[in-house]
Amino acid sequence: MIDTVRMSGRRRARSRKAFATVLQFLVVVATTYLGLLAVTFFIGRVIPIDPVLAVLGDRAPQHVVERTREAMGLNLPLYQQFFIYCRQALSGDFGTSVLTTNPVMTDIRRAFPATVELATLGTLIGAFIGVPLGVLAAVKRGSIADQIVRVIGLVGYSVPIFWLALLALLVFYARLQWVAYPGRIDIVYEYTFSPITGLYLVDALWQGQWDVFRDVFRHIILPASLLGYFSLAYISRMTRSFMLNELQQEYIVAARAKGLSEARIIWGHALRNAAVPLVTVIALSYAGLLEGSVLTETVFAWPGLGLYITNSLQNADMNAVLGGTIIIGSVFIGINLLSDLLYRTLDPRTRAR
Amino acid sequence: MSLASETRPMTRREWLLSDRPQSRLQARLGRAYMTWRRFSANRLAVLGLLILLALILVAAFADLLAPHSPFVGNLAGARLLPPGSEGYLLGTDDQGRDILSRLIHGSRLTLVVVVLVAIIAAPVGLIVGAVAGYAGGWIDAVLMRLTDIFLAFPKLVLALAFVAALGPGIENAVIAIAITSWPPYARIARAETLTVRNSDYIAAVRLMGASPARIVFRHVMPMCMSSLIVRVTLDMAGIILTAAGLGFLGLGAQPPLPEWGAMIASGRRFILDQWWVATMPGIAILIVSLGFNLLGDGLRDALDPRESGQ
Repeated sequence: MIDTVRMSGRRRARSRKAFATVLQFLVVVATTYLGLLAVTFFIGRVIPIDPVLAVLGDRAPQHVVERTREAMGLNLPLYQQFFIYCRQALSGDFGTSVLTTNPVMTDIRRAFPATVELATLGTLIGAFIGVPLGVLAAVKRGSIADQIVRVIGLVGYSVPIFWLALLALLVFYARLQWVAYPGRIDIVYEYTFSPITGLYLVDALWQGQWDVFRDVFRHIILPASLLGYFSLAYISRMTRSFMLNELQQEYIVAARAKGLSEARIIWGHALRNAAVPLVTVIALSYAGLLEGSVLTETVFAWPGLGLYITNSLQNADMNAVLGGTIIIGSVFIGINLLSDLLYRTLDPRTRAR
Repeated sequence: MSLASETRPMTRREWLLSDRPQSRLQARLGRAYMTWRRFSANRLAVLGLLILLALILVAAFADLLAPHSPFVGNLAGARLLPPGSEGYLLGTDDQGRDILSRLIHGSRLTLVVVVLVAIIAAPVGLIVGAVAGYAGGWIDAVLMRLTDIFLAFPKLVLALAFVAALGPGIENAVIAIAITSWPPYARIARAETLTVRNSDYIAAVRLMGASPARIVFRHVMPMCMSSLIVRVTLDMAGIILTAAGLGFLGLGAQPPLPEWGAMIASGRRFILDQWWVATMPGIAILIVSLGFNLLGDGLRDALDPRESGQ
């Protein structure tokens, strides 16, 4: 009886603590997002000397300028403008794109799946190659294999991605003809193929259209491999340092003393413990690829968010640029915070505090 | 006999490694010597240092080194010559300009961007971090929340948006990159500050009546420097890549400036037939950012043995 009372008391204390953690997390999310909106507001409304001029150009007649100023709410005090701006952004209203004449949100909704598909495949490639490479480098520390993994990582950190993309196009498309030309899908299929989710690989598979799947794969494999290389550089380096850390621990000695096979020790014991911080690393590299796809998409004419932003930039279409920035920023922030939360729930040591 | 060996003049090495330095200068030189010993044992790090020195020398003597003008080309007789052509070691671009000369002059732009970003972003991060760490309380909470907010932003996309609003150009690219790169420095400076703020020497300085500002500037910030220098060096490669990316998108340095990223962009049209126009500037970027990465790794191992994971 007393036991159960004590138990429930402890449980209540723990749930109160969990509640506090969740509350803190929500505060962090809210302030970070507010910060993002404040920065984009600053970029769009405060830096330009006259936002109306930025929208209309300098040839507009005076009465149009006045009307637009009123319509944009620029005669209100700045804090009210910011309030309105936040309300619109939260409801997904980023204004109209000058370039495409669509609402920015419509354009983004169309472009977003392309970027997600590319970044996801890139991260998968990076994780499935990078983790084993990092483990190999840690286990055979100081060997030739370790040096090679290190060089692969170093070059990945140092090479300009758009340049590597151009060279890859030159070699694999123009010379070897292994992959398809820039773009997402062959023009032949553009009219016969009707995507559902916008992730073409998944859609083609779902509808059982193998020829489409092959074509989409030939388009996506090169940009995805390039992005994969970049996340591989980061993931393999982090895996190596986590694994080195684990392999020094006493439980490894104990496992050896017990007579477990080396493979079992490395993959079953050490990597399992290194996996907790690795999840965070992979999540962060996914967020990094969403951003890093801006330059890659430009080279590969990949119709995703990155290309949308750079196209809009070149045409001074600020609504589209800022809308795209907010969306990428939100996803980026979301993944950042989620990986933090994931780390806390996966690692019992940080949970029990 | 023994007296003679006692008074034997010390070798320079012994003087540097002395346990009991006679002056502040000797102690400092001795520490610098130890750091250099650790650093130079790492061959790759020395390679990185050499690359950086070469970059500085090339930038300084660009006018002497460049065989041709970086801006005026030979439109009539030397358009799109392949590498190894007579007088044009790395070939020429579509306007008949020598690519090697443009790369040599472009090293100045690269160096300017890196140095400017470092001297804008590093002090900002240092001040924010040191003040937050030393002051504590709500000042710390507010400053660090602000830092975390900026840290959670996508850097390249934000830099793009900033340049879009400010207008393209190398100055604006520098500002945009600096705005997005100070938060990690603030984090590091704060962490270092927290480790020293309760130490005896700070208490002693405080007892002597030093103002908080004096303590932060004269006694806390110097302690943050080595970690900060390592981090800034490691970031240089990223800064170079971001600047080149902005140049590639046409938002950084404007033509006819020989910025390496912009050169890749202009060579993009000829990539299928005249591959060298876009390839050469990319190799230059790769070498320089590799140099910074190697140097940064080496500095981290030499200055901060705890962090190196040895």
